Amino acid sequence: MCLAIPGKLIEMSTNAEGVLMGKANFGGIVKQVCLEYTPEVKIGEYILVHVGFALSKVDEEEAAKTYKLLEEMGQLSELDDPEAEEPTPKSSTA
Amino acid sequence: MKYLDEYRNEEMARKIVSEIRRIITRPWVLMEVCGGQTHTIVKYGIDHLLPDKVELVHGPGCPVCVTSLEMIDKAHTIAQRPDVIFCSFGDMLRVPGSEFDLLVLKSRGADVRVVYSPLDCLKIAKANPDKKVVFFAIGFETTAPGNAMVVWQARRQGIKNFSLLVSHVLVPPAMESILKSPLNRVQGFLGPGHVCTVVGYKEYEPIAERYHVPIVVTGFEPMDLLEGILMTIRQLEAGTAVVENQYPRIVKREGNPAAQELVKKVFEVCDRKWRGVGSIPQSGFRLREEFHEHDAESIFAVGKINTQEPSICISGLVLQGVKKPHDCPAFGKQCTPEHPLGATMVSAEGACAAYYAYGRHLQAEKKALHPV
Repeated sequence: MCLAIPGKLIEMSTNAEGVLMGKANFGGIVKQVCLEYTPEVKIGEYILVHVGFALSKVDEEEAAKTYKLLEEMGQLSELDDPEAEEPTPKSSTA
Repeated sequence: MKYLDEYRNEEMARKIVSEIRRIITRPWVLMEVCGGQTHTIVKYGIDHLLPDKVELVHGPGCPVCVTSLEMIDKAHTIAQRPDVIFCSFGDMLRVPGSEFDLLVLKSRGADVRVVYSPLDCLKIAKANPDKKVVFFAIGFETTAPGNAMVVWQARRQGIKNFSLLVSHVLVPPAMESILKSPLNRVQGFLGPGHVCTVVGYKEYEPIAERYHVPIVVTGFEPMDLLEGILMTIRQLEAGTAVVENQYPRIVKREGNPAAQELVKKVFEVCDRKWRGVGSIPQSGFRLREEFHEHDAESIFAVGKINTQEPSICISGLVLQGVKKPHDCPAFGKQCTPEHPLGATMVSAEGACAAYYAYGRHLQAEKKALHPV
């Protein structure tokens, strides 16, 4: 129910009733979105949309940071984990 | 899709699980608050990937599930009126009331319509000035800004034939009710990422402190959940109990102030009855008095309705993380998504329905036949 998905903003304008609206592309499906809660967004940016309302702008910098952190942690735990599927080969000089 | 696919990477998921395995020293019980998170966990088998020391119990964060039977009966009473067009999100249509569900009413001729957004209801109201258009406004803090906006716009644009049947619920009081219970087993929470998109996570900080429980605001993709679990276990192992944010690409500590402001103008906090749990003080929203023209409960004067839940159902205990779906004798037998007996089987995001959809009832049967 709290499902919200990120889409790319492709259009924005104020409608006849004075409400800030836009269109967002969700992997090929284009939907109308109310932008009243995220008036600072620009075309081309990603927004998180729930029941037709943009609730937040996707922070690209933070997204990249999280991903990098996960990648680095993965590399670390692979070195340490005794139960890893592909254990690091022991040094031949040991 | 960008910002979705990269958080479904199997290789990386395995690495996070390895890290959890590496740091864990004793058993811990974690609760994911939101039904959407439960769905992801069961769908991707995350609970099966984790070491045995991590037990996930499933929280009350499915608004379809926790909408009280009384409120559903009220919806049905209103939807049967010939002068009403009753609008709802699709997942409420099959939720059984005391006698039937909205789909049955639709098949009997009631004008019941599924909408994608509450804003669609305003168009329907404008196109049908001789009808009363009612929207079944359920949801947590995530959905409140949408419902607040639609009432605000109805008043601003003078659309008088539109009203909301409000059954909004709030997450923090439900978490506190779980933590206060003598039956509580939860030691750490995966916080509701999309609720916090709206309200931020400042109000979770006193809960973490008061009950000495780590709360990690977590997203909804498999890697978000695994990272949230890792962060919670790190805190539990270190003995800390603070609010952390796993989902900073979406959630900011202060949330969305514009959304909070309109929600506050339109709604006020009230006591709310949760299906399967009972009444929780100050755990819901109702429309403020100045919006009574758009309040379906006062327009249609549906009054008090007495209801009775099936006694075999343990959904209240499942919603509080005390029991698992397969602990229930009715699970997968008398109680299925086609014929749900209680809250957690009625919506795809309920813990029982998620377990059923991904074949967990078959595994439980197999275990009973061939105990290990």
